[in-house]
Amino acid sequence: MGLLGLARGPALKVSVGIFCAGVVWRIAAFAGLAVRREFSRPRTSVTRYVADGLAAIGSRSWPHPQFVKRTGAGEALGYSYHLGLFIIILLYGPHIALLGSLFGFTWPGLPSSLITGIAAVTLTLFLGVLYRRVTSPVIRMLSNFDDYFTWFITASVLVTGLTASAHLGARYETLLAIHILSVDALLVWFPFGKLMHAFYIFPSRAINSAILSRKGAPS
Amino acid sequence: MIPAHDRTVGEMLRRNGVSRRAFIKFCTASASAMALPAWMGAAMAEQLRHAPRPSVVYLSFQECTGCFESFTRSFAPTIENLMFDVISLDYDDTLMAAAGSAAEAALATAMKAHYGKYVLIVDGSIPTGAGGAYCTAGGRSADMTLRAAAEGAAVILAVGTCAAFGGIPFANPNPTGAWPVSAIVAGKPIINVSGCPPIPEVITGTLLQYVTTGTLPDLDENLRPKAFFGNTIHDRCYRRPFYDEGKFAKSFDDEGARNGWCLYELGCKGPTTYNACATVKWNSGTSFPIESGHGCLGCSEPNFWDQGSFYAAQSSADWNTAGETSPREVLELTGGTATVGAVLGIGAAGVGRLRQRHSALDAALRNAPGKDQD
Repeated sequence: MGLLGLARGPALKVSVGIFCAGVVWRIAAFAGLAVRREFSRPRTSVTRYVADGLAAIGSRSWPHPQFVKRTGAGEALGYSYHLGLFIIILLYGPHIALLGSLFGFTWPGLPSSLITGIAAVTLTLFLGVLYRRVTSPVIRMLSNFDDYFTWFITASVLVTGLTASAHLGARYETLLAIHILSVDALLVWFPFGKLMHAFYIFPSRAINSAILSRKGAPS
Repeated sequence: MIPAHDRTVGEMLRRNGVSRRAFIKFCTASASAMALPAWMGAAMAEQLRHAPRPSVVYLSFQECTGCFESFTRSFAPTIENLMFDVISLDYDDTLMAAAGSAAEAALATAMKAHYGKYVLIVDGSIPTGAGGAYCTAGGRSADMTLRAAAEGAAVILAVGTCAAFGGIPFANPNPTGAWPVSAIVAGKPIINVSGCPPIPEVITGTLLQYVTTGTLPDLDENLRPKAFFGNTIHDRCYRRPFYDEGKFAKSFDDEGARNGWCLYELGCKGPTTYNACATVKWNSGTSFPIESGHGCLGCSEPNFWDQGSFYAAQSSADWNTAGETSPREVLELTGGTATVGAVLGIGAAGVGRLRQRHSALDAALRNAPGKDQD
């Protein structure tokens, strides 16, 4: 079995298994914890504070006008590279072929050259995010190994994907194998690092806002 | 009278009534097929005119004769050109009229007369299982014959994927213990001309280049001539623009297939296959498999038979023995691992609740009335 066979065969299978087990473990462990009992009288109805919680998923996705000047650029940077990643993952032909082989159905994609351009822009944004993390005293103080390693592993998927699609530096099968192995590594790391925000971000935002709404401070 | 073996190519051409003009055209066509510069055609003609015709010994082992069938269909140069004008094909058990001991004697004579100078072409893999009993001729195993013939060869051309990389006989589970030439022979220059079968012009072109220049061509890491194996099928494919546009055929009879869109998602191995199919083409430059609507199988690559399904995209998951993945397999894997994750998570949550309860109890005890008086 060659490197490509290993990458898309046993390594992908094991990494998907670890990803699924890890994600469900983290969510179940989090959801299963006891919620602190609220003794105060609810300031609003159940329907209202649940609705407020759900509404906060959208309303808290952009800073309050008061803070836009200070944090808006950083948030825009974050949204931009996330959008780039989604486009690359979901609308690139070879990725659709991979997802199609897993799920049993495919969908139309975007031109490969356009995807390459989006990947290059996304990588640039990624470097911008790292620069911001390193140069901002507050963000640097809040950052730990998890943040940097998560950045590294995601960026390595982007870089190896770009080199594979452009056939740069080695034979295509080697570049493709390295790219798939980097994806395998990302899937293994996913449940144990900050990539789990993909599953936590919206529920935690909704739950916090619902609790605040119940206390009479709808967001 | 000069014996046929000792005549130069020029003398043979004159005897066969080949004009100088036709000869230069032939050399230019050959140089062009090898992607050599235009001036190489004239240089080859000059070199060939004075060169003695090299002796060629063609050995066939564990193979289907497809490679030889391909060899005989070369159009630039043709097999007739090669046999009568450029080389002296002294032994080939498929073409020769002699059989039995006469054929064996012809092989022994050719090897003795041109020891150290002849070109050895090998077609087929070499089975070593059961003491080599899977392929024998004249009471000798393929292994024995190859070793003996390789000893006196100036260069060895392993023609076809079986000879170059083991091919189908070498594929898992390799019941005959087959090996490629490079695994059996050491210390001799080997040129692999892979393909199942190889492109005829690639076989004859490689042979012609060696005969005319007397040197080995530039080889890649798999010992294949870079002139023919330097690019992937994908890089030279006429459907490449559709790949760049993201237009893929989803099945062999859909609109995309009818419009000639890229066959990547139907398992085309063009991106990982190095060969000249898309440029030299087949049947006198008529077409190549992708032009007939089927993806490349990657037949010129090592282990091509064991590289997963011919019909699964190269980026797709390869989880089962067929080299594919079914949604059911994915469901079973994710369902199983998610269940394990859920059990672990519930366990972790239980432990977390116990800790929460203990810390709440501790806090209650700390704040209990009378605690300050103790």
